Amino acid sequence: MVDARGLSCPMPVMMTQKAMKSKEDYYEVLVDNKTPCENVTRYAQSQGYNVEVEEKGGDYLLRISK
Amino acid sequence: MEKKNDKLMIIIAGLIIGVIAAGLAFLGNPKNMGFCIACFLRDTAGGLGLHRAAPVQYIRPEIIGIVIGAFCAAFAKKEFSSKGGSAPMTRFVLGFFAMVGCLMFLGCPFRMILRLAGGDWNAIFGLVGFAAGILCGIFFLKNGYSLKRTYSLTKAEGYILPIMEVVIFVLLLVKPAFIFFSEEGAGPGAMHAAIGASLAAGLVVGVLAQRTRLCMVGGMRDMILFKESRLLLGFLAILVAAFVTNLILGGFHAGFTEQPVAHTDGLWNCLGMLLVGFACVLLGGCPLRQLVMSGEGNADSAVTVLGLMVGAAFCHNFGLASSGEGPTPAGKIAVIIGIVVVALIGVVNTYVKDEKTAAEAA
Repeated sequence: MVDARGLSCPMPVMMTQKAMKSKEDYYEVLVDNKTPCENVTRYAQSQGYNVEVEEKGGDYLLRISK
Repeated sequence: MEKKNDKLMIIIAGLIIGVIAAGLAFLGNPKNMGFCIACFLRDTAGGLGLHRAAPVQYIRPEIIGIVIGAFCAAFAKKEFSSKGGSAPMTRFVLGFFAMVGCLMFLGCPFRMILRLAGGDWNAIFGLVGFAAGILCGIFFLKNGYSLKRTYSLTKAEGYILPIMEVVIFVLLLVKPAFIFFSEEGAGPGAMHAAIGASLAAGLVVGVLAQRTRLCMVGGMRDMILFKESRLLLGFLAILVAAFVTNLILGGFHAGFTEQPVAHTDGLWNCLGMLLVGFACVLLGGCPLRQLVMSGEGNADSAVTVLGLMVGAAFCHNFGLASSGEGPTPAGKIAVIIGIVVVALIGVVNTYVKDEKTAAEAA
């Protein structure tokens, strides 16, 4: 679980990148803004993962899976 | 599939923005200055009397348009939200020195592209410095640099800068006696497209930049960090479109000397933009992006915009800004101080930490 709420570009993607080095099949990333939501989705997809986005009271929960 | 659309979107947006920018210079803005966030914030600061440099005083509707356009786009897409509280004073200082760098070079990253597209090869030195500055910023990012989180603020907070822009626009229309406008022939401040054209151009760019998250510093940064080319494609699309438009409208004049609102000191063009690239990576976005994010309700970006404006006022009150004749000795000292201060901000927010940061905790 990566909590990247409130962080400026490019921190959310960097944190996701760092977390994904462990090469697990499932990650969750929490962001609070549409821009990092798109950026993290794009990055995860480029690494061959599927991404599901759920909106949760102003935040976005990204479920990243193989 | 979605990914391709994404890239196509930003390329189309970049092409439109490039045409608009080159077109504005044709409609009366200074040459290679269809848009320049730094120059226009500087002119606006002058218009409000924050500095008294007579050649560069005018309330630029482009700035107002970008903020309001971004505000409307964010609002329509339910992306507007009042946020802030992530190191506001640090951001103010970074904005201040980013402006010092911009006014050494005579342009923000956006205008750097437009200068290249107009054949002003001095901007090549700027581009080299800009890239070097981005690398400096990335060094700190990779080592854990972070300005910590923003939080939700009261609803009103995010409306303040957009409302201020509307008020400034009223001042432009009403022209009360306390507002300063450069007189005809006095300098770049006197050269401008009609208010309606400038405002419309700003609005369109504001909407497009908000939707595509266009950012001049983000292009190279994301390419280096993540091999993500999307923002860089937007950057290149602006360059290509402005270049072609310049060719058609006769705005392309290749060379180093006699370029409009530019000087030929390669070293200081380079160091000025190094400071800009460095400060903007630590801020998380270029001056254009700061305007757009302040339209989205981000109070930290609004503070950064104020830092940019105060920086511009200082530059002209204390002779730090370059002119067509070249940089000033005081300006050179200011750029060196700026690089040192930005590096210190990098060090302090990377290595000196009293508690675990979000990045480390992840």
